Amino acid sequence: MYRGFTPLAAIAALALVTTTANAQDKLKIGLIATLSGPPAVLGQQLRNGFRLAVKDLGGKLGGREVEIIVQDDELKPDIAVTKVKALIERDKVDFVVGPVFSNVLQTIFKPVTDAGIVLISPNAGTSNFAGKECNPNFFVTSYQNDQAFGVAGKYAQDAGLKKVFLIAPNYQAGRDALAGFKSFFKGEIADEIFVPLGQLDYSAELSKIATAKPDAIYVFLPGGMGINFVKQFRQAGLADKLVFLSAFTVDESTLPAQQDVALGFFAGANWAPNLDTPQNKKFVAGYEKEFNAVPATYAFQSYDAALLIDGALKLTKGSTADKKALQAALQKANFTSLRGGFKFNTNHYPIQDFYLVKVAKRADGKFQTEIAKKVFTNDADIHAKDCPMK
Amino acid sequence: MSMSLLVVQILNGLQLGVLLFLIAAGLTLVFGVMNFINLAHGVQYMLGAYLAVMFYTLTGSSLLALVFALLAALAFGLFLEFVVFRHLYERDHLDQVIATFGIILFLNQAVKYVWGAAPLSLPIPELFSGSIVLLPGLTYPIWRLVIIASGLAVALLLYILVSRTRLGMLVRAGANNAPMVSALGVDIRRLFMIVFGFGTMLAGFAGIMIAPILSVEPGMGDTILILAFVVIVIGGIGSIRGAFIAALLIGLADTLGRSFSVDILRLVMAPSPARTVGPAIASMLIYLMMALVLYFRPTGLFPPKGR
Amino acid sequence: MSRLPIAIFLGFALLPMAAAFGAETYLLDLFMRVMIFAIAALGLDLLVGFGALVSFGHAAFIGIGAYAVAILASHGINEAWISLPVALVAATAFAYLTGTICLRTRGVYFIMITLAFGQMAFFLASSLAPYGGDDGLTMHARSTLFGLSPFKHERLFYYIVLACLVGCYCLCRALVVSRFGRVFRGARENATRMATLGFDIYRYQLAAYAISGALGGLAGFLLANATDFVSPAYMSWQRSGELIIMIILGGLGTLHGAIIGTLVYSLLGEWLSGLTENWKMIFGPLLVLVVLLARSGLLGLAAQVAAWWRKQHAEPQA
Repeated sequence: MYRGFTPLAAIAALALVTTTANAQDKLKIGLIATLSGPPAVLGQQLRNGFRLAVKDLGGKLGGREVEIIVQDDELKPDIAVTKVKALIERDKVDFVVGPVFSNVLQTIFKPVTDAGIVLISPNAGTSNFAGKECNPNFFVTSYQNDQAFGVAGKYAQDAGLKKVFLIAPNYQAGRDALAGFKSFFKGEIADEIFVPLGQLDYSAELSKIATAKPDAIYVFLPGGMGINFVKQFRQAGLADKLVFLSAFTVDESTLPAQQDVALGFFAGANWAPNLDTPQNKKFVAGYEKEFNAVPATYAFQSYDAALLIDGALKLTKGSTADKKALQAALQKANFTSLRGGFKFNTNHYPIQDFYLVKVAKRADGKFQTEIAKKVFTNDADIHAKDCPMK
Repeated sequence: MSMSLLVVQILNGLQLGVLLFLIAAGLTLVFGVMNFINLAHGVQYMLGAYLAVMFYTLTGSSLLALVFALLAALAFGLFLEFVVFRHLYERDHLDQVIATFGIILFLNQAVKYVWGAAPLSLPIPELFSGSIVLLPGLTYPIWRLVIIASGLAVALLLYILVSRTRLGMLVRAGANNAPMVSALGVDIRRLFMIVFGFGTMLAGFAGIMIAPILSVEPGMGDTILILAFVVIVIGGIGSIRGAFIAALLIGLADTLGRSFSVDILRLVMAPSPARTVGPAIASMLIYLMMALVLYFRPTGLFPPKGR
Repeated sequence: MSRLPIAIFLGFALLPMAAAFGAETYLLDLFMRVMIFAIAALGLDLLVGFGALVSFGHAAFIGIGAYAVAILASHGINEAWISLPVALVAATAFAYLTGTICLRTRGVYFIMITLAFGQMAFFLASSLAPYGGDDGLTMHARSTLFGLSPFKHERLFYYIVLACLVGCYCLCRALVVSRFGRVFRGARENATRMATLGFDIYRYQLAAYAISGALGGLAGFLLANATDFVSPAYMSWQRSGELIIMIILGGLGTLHGAIIGTLVYSLLGEWLSGLTENWKMIFGPLLVLVVLLARSGLLGLAAQVAAWWRKQHAEPQA
């Protein structure tokens, strides 16, 4: 009666084995990003940036037609592993680009690099993969977290701010953020608060901040957390009393929701939409036209990742077969980055400039961050010395 | 630890409590009267927030946005009741859990599809923006006081409705023994619909009120749903009074726990581990409370008589 | 064992042959995860299907088993004959201790208190900063067995998991038909009558709760080895909810229904997510429809279809 189930199971298995015939000519890129839940907007920026780059290059990278396979990691590391394995085994991608979040990076790093596939991260840039665990198959087009977090610290130190209050979520990136700030800022730390990841109501923390009366506050609260914090911060009347320094809390992904309440707030970043290079102007205009939103770092870094692949494939004449040659070609960073100067360090993380940026309102009513001051020039991260690759 | 900090935290706790009550009230009514586990109550709250943003963008007026969003939330809730929930009243609790879970999946995605994944924002109505000085050195946002006030007003309204009107009497009877009420000739279907609609409106109202403070995004109803269930379990299912007291208790415990856990732990351990363990313990606090309550009172604090 | 369960296990056993024609590692990985969750689902079906004890914190047992392995591994202890017993004991102990409190409640209160304990386990894991906290903990090596590394070979690992699944199924089946099982099921039907007959229901339920916890712990041990990674997300209430859905989807109280439900839920999700980004908009209503139309899960639906089919073919040919 139920004997039908055995062939059914086999059919189900074979149905999943959907290898496209003769896919060797097309370059397959697996894009893994967080596309569901509140942080989805970051994943969307990452995906959009990459797609725009491929479109601008005529649908080809290194002369080869491109097929982009997008997978959603749902910000669940174990699901990310399954999806990434699907990309590698089932879809046989040539490159994996992603992810957005560092905890996902921790889990997909091993499966991808062990399989000999190049992993390019256009956002997450943790310290362990910059140092001891660096890998010839791993490249980063964003930054190493410490650097981004250190910008505000250096600025605070140089600007003579005496007392700073720190707040970040209670996970690795949050801890890195505050450590990064403190590595440059030598003044008084009023207090350090770690909030549970995903917390949205900051009434308790804001009261503490008001009581502590610091000169400035340094905030790392990505996504929805940052949106809520900034709103409540302004509502509590604190915006006029202290300097707001941050990282990834007031950027183009959150500004559409924050709008006026974030005006005048500062952040540390490696780029801003108004960075004055011709390729960046073209990118920003193109992105806004295509996606009706101001691009954030996630988009531009992803665009650069596509340019990186394109440049490397030009050197290897489109071939991904010789892994060592491909790695060498990628290392050369044979492309013009949207941010201007771009070079890889020995650990495959970028050497680049960092700026203090400020939230501003454009003439057309949209919000963006604008360069206020260059803080680091050609900065290399501190973990490169621990990397065995030379 | 200053006095003003404590006062602010207590007010914050009340605000969270009142919000939880608005959501839990509908949940406990529906569960108590119709014996229906509605996991989709959280998305009702989320929908209220999204509708508020939508109507504000359309009309530019906070007041109109409130009214329209409330009506739209009610309409949508009744629509869901008619299409899906109505068929589930007779079914097992587990079936209800799955079906309403399916609705959550669908609506969370649909909301992302329609409004995009990026969090949206609603400004506080002009009249209530800014902060006032409650005590010297203590400023508090006016809107949060408005939330507390409106929540208490709704609680009062519900109290009057439930204990002083005929409808309320039917609701209380229904929570005790629905088949009997039906046998006495009351149109139980209509009663259910009214109860459900009311619950839905309360959740939507909570979403509308909180939208100016929190960001409006897909999935915002999920965490608050769990909290609401904790509230109604502690309060006693079917009891509005229980929901009110439990909501305030949880709101205060959660807020005070989060703000002072680190400080309290710092008395017994070094600052660095205290900073990471503190928030974790604070998150566990309400579940510990629930476990404790259920240990001593396996049916909650104020279960309606006859359960 | 009736024919259907045999067919299912045979299907699983034959899969690697079919998979060799395509994306082998990916398929093996996928079906292995299905089997691992099926083991946990079996334990849950024991409670829910046979005992009417709806545990909404079941994912915690999986997480505890998984974390036991990972924590030991982070200290250099990789031997399976240490980490497996530790995983099982930890999960069973947690089940036993929380069960003593949970089983004092009934109905929806039971659901909520199991949820509460599940959440506590989740937040505890999130706070373990030395073991990754919210980010989770990567395992650099899988468990070894007396020096050998059976879990490193995908196919061997696959068959080990299959063996565990079959073993657990037989265990549960034996439990259900035994005297223990009859008392346990009797308590679901009419607890008062069972008590009148002199049985201490509470002890039987607690034992069943502990056993299902142990099954979850086993699943956790296997999961940690399969994904080389553990995180608090393994214990989230959403995961517990998914387990409940899986067993209801397949058909409550049938044991092999749990396996089928897990299979269908996982494959459907996998297939749909490959189709469109908004797959949850299809998946959600699908679940609703299954509940509205298939009253006893897929097995019930299949039985109805089979009965209809038999009726169609019962008439003598004209």
